[in-house]
Amino acid sequence: MCVAIPARVKSIKGLIAEVEIGGVSRPVSVQLTPEVQKGGYVLVHAGFAIQIIDEQEARETLKFFEELVAPQEG
Amino acid sequence: MKFIDEYRDGEKARPILEEIHRLAKEPLRLMEVCGTHTVSIARYGLRQALPETIELISGPGCPVCVTSNRDLDKAISLARVPGAAVATFGDMMRVPASESTLALERANGRDVRVVYSPLDGLKMAEQVPQMKIIFLGVGFETTAPAVAATALEARNRGLKNFFIFSAHKTVPKALKALLDLGGTKLDGFILPGHVSAIIGSHPYEFLAAEYGLAGVISGFEPLDILQSVLMLVRQRKSGRPRVEIQYKRGVKPVGNPRALEVMGQAFEPADAEWRGLGRIAGTGLAFREELAELDASRAFELKVPATKETKGCRCGEVLCGLIRPEGCALFAKACTPDNPVGPCMVSFEGSCAAAYKYGS
Repeated sequence: MCVAIPARVKSIKGLIAEVEIGGVSRPVSVQLTPEVQKGGYVLVHAGFAIQIIDEQEARETLKFFEELVAPQEG
Repeated sequence: MKFIDEYRDGEKARPILEEIHRLAKEPLRLMEVCGTHTVSIARYGLRQALPETIELISGPGCPVCVTSNRDLDKAISLARVPGAAVATFGDMMRVPASESTLALERANGRDVRVVYSPLDGLKMAEQVPQMKIIFLGVGFETTAPAVAATALEARNRGLKNFFIFSAHKTVPKALKALLDLGGTKLDGFILPGHVSAIIGSHPYEFLAAEYGLAGVISGFEPLDILQSVLMLVRQRKSGRPRVEIQYKRGVKPVGNPRALEVMGQAFEPADAEWRGLGRIAGTGLAFREELAELDASRAFELKVPATKETKGCRCGEVLCGLIRPEGCALFAKACTPDNPVGPCMVSFEGSCAAAYKYGS
């Protein structure tokens, strides 16, 4: 029930954004994430963007996985 | 899909698992408290991939499952209000209340509609002004801000035929209640990522400070969960339990301040009845006085019969991590997803449904 899906923000008009989830466009309310920006990603739950995805942190997490694959010598 | 697929890469799981196997020599009992984690753990076979020293236990993380029969009976009564339609998330339809389900009520001619968002309920109320639309608000902090925003919007638009029944619950104090019951011995928690996207990490700090327990707020993809387990293993090894965030792309320590503000404008803390855990002070969300008019529990006089619990169903113990689903005599016999006896088998996210579908 607490599933929230990452979606890309295509456009924003007032408190409603058009987002793309897996190739499908749909409107979501962005009143809980007023700093949202076009082209960014949000977590969508029950018709609302509930948080903005931090892309820098997303990359850091992936980097952690990579570093375990190839641990630094020494 | 971006931000999903790259966290499901099986190749990358191996080194994380190797590191966990290398470090986890002592027994470690970890509880996940989000139904989405429960499903991910079962679906990707993470329990089997982890060393035998690590035990993953499902806790009270499925909002539908922890909804008490009393609240479910109220939902049934609301579906029977003349001239009203109930709008609900799909998960609620087949959950057995004392004597009925919303699906049965619909089969008997009541107007029960499945919606994706509380805003869909609001829209229905605008389109059919002669009808009373009652939205069933179920869910943790992930969902409550969306319902709060919808309630405030309904008031701003002056809608007189839109109502919300709040059975919302909040997580941190329920964890405290679970620990105080004392039946489940734990070393740490895999904490819910999307609840925490709203509330942040601070509300869990008591886990380490008061109970000496480790906690990691985790994302939902298999690599997220494995990384979280590794972080928990390292925390225990270091002897310094604390709350850490693995799911940093979605969770800030302060959560989402705007969402918390909206939630606070609509709701105030109240007591709530949890299946398995009983009544816990301050874990419910009741509408503030300013929104009394749309509060379904105040707007309608409900005739709710004495609650009946289903005989033999051990959902309450499953939700507290006291038994695994297989420990219930009804599991996979009298109780299956096609013919569920208890909510943990009904909800897609319930521990019993996950164990039935994917094995333990």
